Amino acid sequence: MGDFWNDGDPIADTAAPEGPIETRWDRRKFNAKLVNPANRRKLTVIVVGTGLAGGSAAATLAEAGYHVKSYCYQDSPRRAHSIAAQGGINAAKNYRNDGDSIYRLFYDTVKGGDFRARESNVYRLATVSVNIIDQCVAQGVPFAREYGGLLDNRSFGGTQVSRTFYARGQTGQQLLLGAYQAMERQIGLGNIEMNSRHEMLELIVVDGKARGIVVRDMVTGEITTEMADAVVLASGGYGNVFFLSTNAKGCNVTASWRAHRKGALFANPCYTQIHPTCIPESGTHQSKLTLMSESLRNDGRVWVPKRAEDGQKPANQIAEDDRDYYLERIYPSFGNLVPRDIASRAAKNVCDEGRGVGPGGLGVYLDFADAIKRLGKKAVEAKYGNLFEMYQRITGEDPYETPMRIYPAVHYTMGGLWVDYDLQSTIPGLFVVGEANFSDHGANRLGASALMQGLGDGYFVLPTTLGNYLAAGPFEKISPDHEQVVAARTEVEARIKRFLEIDGDRTVDSFHRELGHIMWEYCGMERTEEGLTKAIGLIRGLRDEFWLRVKVPGTGEQLNQNLEKAGRVADFFELAELMCIDALHRRESCGGHFRGESQTPDGEALRHDDEFSYVAAWEYATGESAKPTLHKEQLEFEYVHPSTRSYK
Amino acid sequence: MDIKVRVWRQENSSDKGRMETYDVKDISPDASFLEMLDVLNEKLILDGDDPIAFDHDCREGICGACSMVIDGVAHGPEKATTACQLHMRHFKDGDKIDVEPWRAAAFPVIKDLVVNRGNLDKIIAAGGYITAPTGAAPEAHATPVPKKDADLAFEAATCIGCGACVAACPNGSAMLFTAAKVAHLGLMPQGQPERDTRVIDMLQAQDDAGFGGCTNMGECSQVCPKGIPLTLIGRLNSDYRKAVRKQL
Repeated sequence: MGDFWNDGDPIADTAAPEGPIETRWDRRKFNAKLVNPANRRKLTVIVVGTGLAGGSAAATLAEAGYHVKSYCYQDSPRRAHSIAAQGGINAAKNYRNDGDSIYRLFYDTVKGGDFRARESNVYRLATVSVNIIDQCVAQGVPFAREYGGLLDNRSFGGTQVSRTFYARGQTGQQLLLGAYQAMERQIGLGNIEMNSRHEMLELIVVDGKARGIVVRDMVTGEITTEMADAVVLASGGYGNVFFLSTNAKGCNVTASWRAHRKGALFANPCYTQIHPTCIPESGTHQSKLTLMSESLRNDGRVWVPKRAEDGQKPANQIAEDDRDYYLERIYPSFGNLVPRDIASRAAKNVCDEGRGVGPGGLGVYLDFADAIKRLGKKAVEAKYGNLFEMYQRITGEDPYETPMRIYPAVHYTMGGLWVDYDLQSTIPGLFVVGEANFSDHGANRLGASALMQGLGDGYFVLPTTLGNYLAAGPFEKISPDHEQVVAARTEVEARIKRFLEIDGDRTVDSFHRELGHIMWEYCGMERTEEGLTKAIGLIRGLRDEFWLRVKVPGTGEQLNQNLEKAGRVADFFELAELMCIDALHRRESCGGHFRGESQTPDGEALRHDDEFSYVAAWEYATGESAKPTLHKEQLEFEYVHPSTRSYK
Repeated sequence: MDIKVRVWRQENSSDKGRMETYDVKDISPDASFLEMLDVLNEKLILDGDDPIAFDHDCREGICGACSMVIDGVAHGPEKATTACQLHMRHFKDGDKIDVEPWRAAAFPVIKDLVVNRGNLDKIIAAGGYITAPTGAAPEAHATPVPKKDADLAFEAATCIGCGACVAACPNGSAMLFTAAKVAHLGLMPQGQPERDTRVIDMLQAQDDAGFGGCTNMGECSQVCPKGIPLTLIGRLNSDYRKAVRKQL
């Protein structure tokens, strides 16, 4: 309890089966109620978002015979931000005979998540990982292959086995196109009603159940209410609360946040992943940051000058003896392949020491000179050619000649709406899949696991667990005149009107940028009680100013990109405050959450399992000055016993 | 650097539209083209003018959302680059740059630089897939794919669906887009059972959507940000001929 929150009752995941972990998912599937195929077409499911989770869910549910209504803010479902994932997708196939197994993938993921994820969920994720690869190959996903025609694998940040499947540096694109094509097939067959350029602005809850959404047609501005028997949110993460992140410009928290305001608990909002290998900022015009796949760390060596005064010298004028390959030095067994949170913080530390390189000293080198010497330029080009090109296009520098400069950037959010083992939120009938939920990555996500989770949720988990819920349907039809439907719609219309009427003197982007600065400064790679408390005050002040001074041009009855942004930023303000409160209450360091007050003498993260081995699930505070309520879900570790993560 | 941009402004699909000129001052050469437009839009908003609407999302050259003709070239002067990855260092101080939307009968303008590309999705819905319902997949290693075929399929599959090929084509044809998908799936063993129906149905959908015919001008491949080769259109025509002959 504190000045900022109230303590509530504990919660539990009652959907998870007990017993041996290897058979939990099989037992859940067997015990799940089934929906008669003839009844499925009478059941309507809304899916918001068309990334890996939403696209695969929509396609699979439509194949199963449900009537699916799909929504995305982009002009085509193929453009969801999963498309930008570069590195790969993990699966416990053990094609390399290097000792991999479902259990090892499970173990690595629980450990990588710093013992803040549920064992049952993670084991299931590892189990379905092998089916995902089979499914994607059957769809024609052009994975990288060996000369014998079999699938190639590589090792990826944080693991010592080669279990990552990839398609050059465009794995996300190829997997998403697989799901998108499966979706388009169902659209062509009339089983999915696709609504591109439509944004969900409110959740409709009737008699305690999620029964629909309010959407805005982004071309005409028309507001409609869409009803269904269940609602699935696959609306992605909230990294854009930082303004600068590797997320697409349109990525937002609105769908999740509106559901949170309607009663869905929001779990672990402070768990943010800062990716170590991004292209550094180049100036005040910067609108987003670009990730360089961390597969680059397989062959690139990270270093900074040993002496601060060498920072502004060209890299080739710094002698080998004057370079500090700090990851190899501090973490001899994992070296450049340490997990993301560790690599990011190490980069911040050397830059804080004044040893950073490039503009503002906010960068470290990622050097391929040794790899080019060892493998030849051709081999390096075959592996990383497109990434090198991308780097050169953005920076104007040639990474074959001079080392790349990289710096950490916000990339992924492990937190999200709380869901049980069935991926159902605390609102019955509201399911949450992919990055939008909190469930599988604990406090830190391992590389190549996001694609796995998105597709695992959408292709294999949700179709079973949602069926179990829908077996009780079809539910009573809800009229568009129903009190709750009208109320949700009226609220949306009033909010739009309010944005347009303020007519202040500051743009939406200027507020968003300022909010991002506050979050990066106080709720970024290192958080402290003092900083977070300050941030909460700053966020509240800025939010009040936003509602007085924002200027949203145009009208609501047209394509109005600033109106869209205003709604998203307004929700980011509320989320930002909750993130800081969550970060403040968790007085330990774990995964992507590093509290300055909780570290070992040599600066490593220090967890406090006795006090914080739980999921923090927050209940929305109704009323302007009310405090959010904290519900704790205790985590049990029966198989992988919490130990200190050590990559030394 | 200081530049002038002459931008297509069109209120909505029924508005006639016009070019308007704006001054953009003090832009960093390291800014991207879209960041330059962001800076201009911030100024327009504060001046009480209507900001320029344009599609964009990932700003990493992979989502395919950005779509503008810059100085007469789809995605601008830099080869194999989307507008979002084009940087101002490729322009000179004092330049006057024209910015227009994709122009094609099958891509009606929604507002300013934003067009409706839904017709590309329709081509995919007609056959740009492999029918593989979830759960029915065999073990991934059951069917080896020669590396050469897999690599070529991947090259074709890198298409981002931006529609630059259509915008550049004097006929407004989507032939390169369709060819890329037909090649990707037709090169994989998993794509063989539907190979004939796929090519016939996708070409039919392309015609139905109002895209023009292909006369092998080759403009499409020149502007393609992913460098999809023109030879894939030859492959498409060959597949189409074989498929039609089998139907006779």
